[in-house]
Amino acid sequence: MSNPPPRTVRFTVNGKPAAVEVEPRLTLADCLRHALRLTGTHVGCEHGVCGACTVIVDGRAMRSCLMLAVQAEGCTVETIEGLGTGLDEGGAEALGPLQAAFRRHHALQCGFCTPGMLMTAHALLSREPDADADRVREALSGNLCRCTGYIGIVEAVLDARPAYQAGAPGGQPATGGIDRTG
Amino acid sequence: MTRRDTLVGQPVERLEDLRFLSGRGQYVDDRSVDGMLHATLVRSTVAHGILRSIDTTAACALPGVHAVYTAHDLGAKVPVIPMRMEANADLARFEQPVLAHGKVRYVGEPVALVVADTAAIAEDAAGLVGVDVASLPPVLDRASSERGEVLLFEAVGSNRGLSLQAIRGDAAAIDAAFQDAPYTRRRRFKVHRHTALPMETRGLLAEWDPVRQRLTVSGLVKVPFAIRSLLATLLDMPESAIDAVESDCGGGFGMRGEFYPEDFLVSFAARRLGQAVKWIEDRNEHLLAMTHAREVECDLEIACDLDGTIRGLRGRGAYDLGAYIRPNAVTAPRNFAQMAGGPYRIPALHMDVAMLVSNKTPAGSYRGPGRFETDYFRERLFDIAAGDLGIDRVAFRRHNLLRRHEVPGRLPVVMPYGTGGETDSGDYHETFERCLAEIGWHDKVALAGRQVDGVFHGLAVGSYIEGGASGPREHARLVFEADGRVTVHVGSSAVGQGLETIFAQIAADALGLPMDRIAGVFHGSSGIVKMGYGSLGSRSTVMGGSAILDAAKNLDHALRAAAAARFGCAPGEVSIEDGLRSAAARGRSLPLAGPAGIAADGIEAEGVFENNRRTYSYGTHAAHLTVDPATGQVRLLEYVSVEDVGRIINPMTLHGQVLGAIVQGLGGTLLEHLVYDGQGQLLTGSLASYLVPAADDFPNIRSIVLENHPSPVSPLGAKGAGEGGVISVGGVVANAIASALSSFGVQPDELPLTPPRIWELIQRSSGQVDLP
Repeated sequence: MSNPPPRTVRFTVNGKPAAVEVEPRLTLADCLRHALRLTGTHVGCEHGVCGACTVIVDGRAMRSCLMLAVQAEGCTVETIEGLGTGLDEGGAEALGPLQAAFRRHHALQCGFCTPGMLMTAHALLSREPDADADRVREALSGNLCRCTGYIGIVEAVLDARPAYQAGAPGGQPATGGIDRTG
Repeated sequence: MTRRDTLVGQPVERLEDLRFLSGRGQYVDDRSVDGMLHATLVRSTVAHGILRSIDTTAACALPGVHAVYTAHDLGAKVPVIPMRMEANADLARFEQPVLAHGKVRYVGEPVALVVADTAAIAEDAAGLVGVDVASLPPVLDRASSERGEVLLFEAVGSNRGLSLQAIRGDAAAIDAAFQDAPYTRRRRFKVHRHTALPMETRGLLAEWDPVRQRLTVSGLVKVPFAIRSLLATLLDMPESAIDAVESDCGGGFGMRGEFYPEDFLVSFAARRLGQAVKWIEDRNEHLLAMTHAREVECDLEIACDLDGTIRGLRGRGAYDLGAYIRPNAVTAPRNFAQMAGGPYRIPALHMDVAMLVSNKTPAGSYRGPGRFETDYFRERLFDIAAGDLGIDRVAFRRHNLLRRHEVPGRLPVVMPYGTGGETDSGDYHETFERCLAEIGWHDKVALAGRQVDGVFHGLAVGSYIEGGASGPREHARLVFEADGRVTVHVGSSAVGQGLETIFAQIAADALGLPMDRIAGVFHGSSGIVKMGYGSLGSRSTVMGGSAILDAAKNLDHALRAAAAARFGCAPGEVSIEDGLRSAAARGRSLPLAGPAGIAADGIEAEGVFENNRRTYSYGTHAAHLTVDPATGQVRLLEYVSVEDVGRIINPMTLHGQVLGAIVQGLGGTLLEHLVYDGQGQLLTGSLASYLVPAADDFPNIRSIVLENHPSPVSPLGAKGAGEGGVISVGGVVANAIASALSSFGVQPDELPLTPPRIWELIQRSSGQVDLP
């Protein structure tokens, strides 16, 4: 058995350029996690169902387990690590409005699905800041959570809408929507 | 020390959230070390067969492969995973070897371990391992397991392990209850095989330090101390040479963290190779290899007077525990038998449950083990009995629900273990009536069975009790650090439930400090406290929290003793002032913290809470749903849970537990099913086929939590509360569906109630279609 030789892939992650030598068979999720050490993106199923690995690629929420790293050539990738608003005055990591709403509404327990939930919700609200509860549930229905029963998550996303209605907050301006419509 | 209770009871935002929300959680796969190797399991693809040979030649020859281990490499005697709870010599004959030898007994059983430079190479190599198995007919259902024509363990001579009995009243009284009763009814029910499915699969990172001859294993959860102890035994190492490191954990629900074959194998490989080895389970493996749960059939019989007074309940059940008896395999059968009566007055009770093996993945305990199942059976039979007797099903339950003066009461004794126990406190009618009021039963019940806009409405209600605070002990240690902050160390472990926040609240209140003086909560890993008993059976808050209270008392004593030594006075003369900032006696005052402080080098105190009584939170669930007769589709309009947990530490995290558990129960009742084909192949090996609830499935769920009846068992007054949400769901939803479809006479006896099954029940009952 012989595998194709490694290739160099270049893309932007959370506003910074990245160049990584990868096997062509390496998924974007594994590339982010293991080559770039951005371990906030989680891998829950590796077959595109659970949504834990959701990142935003060129403005669209994507399952990074279903995308090869080499396919990200030239793309702009946003991950959970870029969602905060940087450091606050005390030097502590500050939560963006969506993250703070998740905390306020107890929208997470074990935290494993959380990065994917946040990226999906961020992509949704960036495009549809007025999304209603049904639309939020529909958009999140491709992200599985086993702890919360989703109730706090939906409340949190609805509660974060004003921050998006005033213009896309946190990280880079997100322009696109999500890759699923239910 | 006075408790100020400024934090306990408040919806304090979680400390854990800051790292989880920003991608800084440290789950086991998030850690890497230099030179780390990667392991992959070779698993049996045959459900039952003679393992004739394993050819590792091609796999070993692949560049980057460091080792391929089979049972032959494990020494003369292949280690076997012993039972952790309710160990029993009869059941021990069915324990699992860490690698198959002689036979394979389920699809997914570990056959070999491949270790390579990368996970990809290890997977490539695993595909090159040739496993020669001569297939045997698989044992896949209760009947064939009981017949025993094909045996999983020839040397045992039977597929049946120990049978448990739960008994209240002597044999004559039980017989009399049924012989003399004017009404008896027997029915067979079945709960299907499903599983916890945490969002993070399992994983381990084992590091071997060849210089110090130490093993460090990360990724252990639930009971890390117990796993360390067993690892030490199986690896023939001193326990003190193993560090068990708890990682952030992507969900446990009772199933993650028991000792699995991989715990041994990955550690073994790290030591043998002298290098760090990581193993991360993939989702298909997870569905094949992590314990399954809940598969049980039961013939349940009730005896009543004509006014609905229950005289007795008896049943014969059989659990399908899969191919091997896992460390906590007995928990579900035990609870199933003991809790059959729930919170109701059942003067005579006799449950008999057999534990059977089959060629399927071994089973273990999943949130509300045995309770979900037994409550489904009981509540279904209650609705059937009430219907037969022409008694309203609410009145039937109200009549038989234990009254306040009957609590605490003795629980049935479970034989052969001889365990009984008693409940602790509560008023079961309080949650029952409140739940009926919350869902608006009185107004809505007229809808039951009626068709509106094409769909039939159904309602149902049911009550449960939940055991918590399993013993025997928990340890805590509080450190007054030199900087004046306090760190909390506890033997409970985190499985995503928000332990750090809860314990910080409890510690801060016990010490009279604000939250920000608690500098950290450390849990689970060995070395933090002398011994830890982990997180299971809704125990952490009660056991760990009570241990923290004890440690806080001892820390107060220790600070006073240190101050008294400095002042040259008796400890009783010392007052600790200003929120643990200074100590004063005889007109002098000194700071506690800082270089000149009384605790300049830090002062610590240990605490322990020992408890052999369990807590029993309880509650009532009610559901209002519709069923579409054309499709069998169930739509949940409203689901309400009202429970009493004795004392609420954090209402926000508690509601999260309840809502999450209810949705897991809804998944288990309506969606989730581990389906095997006739050859013992799992047909639902991905998340595309094993369906769990999604965000748009069940939007209308409410949880109301009371704290009217604190537990006398612990100084906190709190009861365990992580499992209650799941217990009632099967029974309540199935009864609501029966209520909706009463005009068809549909009686759902078997879960899951998927649209095809409900549609089929409608067709059969209405005689419209002659189905096979």
